[in-house]
Amino acid sequence: MSAPGAGRPFPEAAREALRDSQLRRNVGKATTTIRAKRAAAVAELPDWEALRAAGSAIKARTMATLPDQLERLEASVTRAGGTVHWARDGAEANAIVAGIAKANGADEVIKVKSLATDEIDLNDALEREGIHAIETDLAELINQLAGDWSSHILVPAIHRNRAEIRRLFERTIAQGRELSDEPEALTEAARVHLREKFLSVPVAVSGANFGVAETGTIAVFESEGNGRMCLTLPRVLVTVMGIEKVVPEWRDIEVFAQLLPRSSTAERMNPYTSFWTGVRPGDGPEEFHLVLLDNGRTDVLADEVGRQALHCIRCSACLNVCPVYSRTGGQAYGSIYPGPIGAILTPQLRGLDQAPTLPWASSLCGACYEVCPVRIDIPTVLVHLRGRVVREVEGKGRGEKAVMQALARVFGSRRRYETAQKLARLGRGPLGVLGGGAPGLGAWAQARDVPEIPAQSFREWWASRERGDGGGGDPGGGSGSGDSPQAAAGTDLGRAT
Amino acid sequence: MRAALFITCFNDTLFPGVGRATVTILERLGVEVDFPAEQTCCGQMHWNTGYQLEAAPLARRFVRTFGDAEAIVCPSASCAGMVREAYPRLAALAGDDDLASAAADVVPRVYELTEYLVDVLGVESVGASFPHRVTYHPTCHSLRALHVGDRPMRLLRAVRGIDLVELDEADECCGFGGTFAIKNADTSIAILSDKLRHILDTRAEVCASSDTSCLMHIGGGLRRQRAGTRTMHIAEILAAQE
Repeated sequence: MSAPGAGRPFPEAAREALRDSQLRRNVGKATTTIRAKRAAAVAELPDWEALRAAGSAIKARTMATLPDQLERLEASVTRAGGTVHWARDGAEANAIVAGIAKANGADEVIKVKSLATDEIDLNDALEREGIHAIETDLAELINQLAGDWSSHILVPAIHRNRAEIRRLFERTIAQGRELSDEPEALTEAARVHLREKFLSVPVAVSGANFGVAETGTIAVFESEGNGRMCLTLPRVLVTVMGIEKVVPEWRDIEVFAQLLPRSSTAERMNPYTSFWTGVRPGDGPEEFHLVLLDNGRTDVLADEVGRQALHCIRCSACLNVCPVYSRTGGQAYGSIYPGPIGAILTPQLRGLDQAPTLPWASSLCGACYEVCPVRIDIPTVLVHLRGRVVREVEGKGRGEKAVMQALARVFGSRRRYETAQKLARLGRGPLGVLGGGAPGLGAWAQARDVPEIPAQSFREWWASRERGDGGGGDPGGGSGSGDSPQAAAGTDLGRAT
Repeated sequence: MRAALFITCFNDTLFPGVGRATVTILERLGVEVDFPAEQTCCGQMHWNTGYQLEAAPLARRFVRTFGDAEAIVCPSASCAGMVREAYPRLAALAGDDDLASAAADVVPRVYELTEYLVDVLGVESVGASFPHRVTYHPTCHSLRALHVGDRPMRLLRAVRGIDLVELDEADECCGFGGTFAIKNADTSIAILSDKLRHILDTRAEVCASSDTSCLMHIGGGLRRQRAGTRTMHIAEILAAQE
């Protein structure tokens, strides 16, 4: 199903999400836990910064030579007995997958957890063709059964707790049975349901973490082993891979195999890492199709600052450290790519006018950049995209633009600035934004008191001191000054004398 | 030793006490302080909100105003970070080679206050006395743009009489984020509520920081709650001789 509220303004979707105390508890707890674990896993490696630099360099090289790398990949996969398809957009990719399923007489396909296929709404497209896609990743299965949408790149059902999942399973795949809230009981119920599908469904669909141009090898990193089942048991395997997932050489995997697990699950190595190269008689699928998906990626590549978003290896470390994501959860972002990476990827993939509020869904705290295993400078890209939205998206915030231009004019001249400071004390003029009666004040004041504007600016104090008539009394305006007597008393107590 | 004070428009207009405290500290340590009155705003708000070309004249104004200064000292991590990190990018975006070379010339002389005290003056004890229970919010731009590390804490630990308490989850953003606090007010407040909880858990009288913008947000929340904890800029504590 499509992301709910795609295109809905982030502040509005966030406001709703923030009211959900269950979500706040689940997402807050999960992100806090994984944050600490990631830090510990990363601290074990003395060459972590060198690995990050290497990851970044490999991705930069890939992007600079992308057409060549993709053609190398196509040749390698073909040589190994696979078939390569090129899809300009989601519709083309979906049609290719549906065509392969139909050609094999399948009315069901089993799926490995895949962001690329969620991005293009593959399941809905297949359903329209009479083909039912069965998610085999536990969290994806939970969301599918609940008719719900992902809230995290790695842990799509992070917003759900065990009791909710038990009730869901008792209604669906474990009807008539009574389960407990224990993880073992819940996974067992899913396992019984899925094993039968692994053995009977003829076509599997996966995404890819990496595709090696040199050898034609495709890689999937996973935790549960359901992926391994899908990749090995069915007769036909279809992999939908974003074109940015190609890496030039086999040796490049060494770097990412260290960066990815520690960043995403805080593990030294994830439990199941599958590599396959084309097909091999008597071993695994008899047919392998690789669908190379563009869907906006070449447009992203054209933006010199924004293109680093394509370096993402989908580890989700940036989500877990983000103060915004860890409060709103993922669904507020209206995209399969939530959190800081989603805020720079979604508007670029869909077009800035389709997600114009996402670049502002960040306080620019920089925690994402600090943890990114391939050093994507997310804050810089956010600011860059804000600029592009302001300059390129029609009708975007006309009132805001007027305020910003007025302020730029004030700050452009000392005289105008000093006059505006005086007017601000009266709650007037462009700098009134600082003290009262300004647009946005309501939003500020709903939970925060507004500071009073002191009677004397710093520059006035400085000028009077230079003249030799300053220094008498307390001119006010300490950083703790406020409008309550309590706060004011505190300020005087704390001020230098 | 001479230093030009880059006060920031925010402190100049709303929190002049921070500027006075900065002058007090620097003069106490024998620095001759200059205040170039042509300074206005560094352009951070315009830059971060997407009005980048509007920030270009402000950057030109800054490099002109501070071009000759021996050292430029700023009691705001985010404004110092703006000059240091964004000016070169802004010059490139505006296609302004003169600004690019002027920025490259000025940037190495821009110091956030605690950097200047510790790195240039080589002091940790600035002769302050402040017998109160204090916790410190390190601010995102101090940590992740300027990388000031533990310099502020070293300065605070050397204050006579201070009862300095560690803040839980100190590295996390307070939720201010400039215009983020207004454009995404609900999320900003949700982040703030956790920051306030950690601050109140310390039982500190004072929450200090190196950015008054964060403090306006945190302090606005504390005052709204009548919490009894007040906010102070680190300069005001380092200037205190109680």
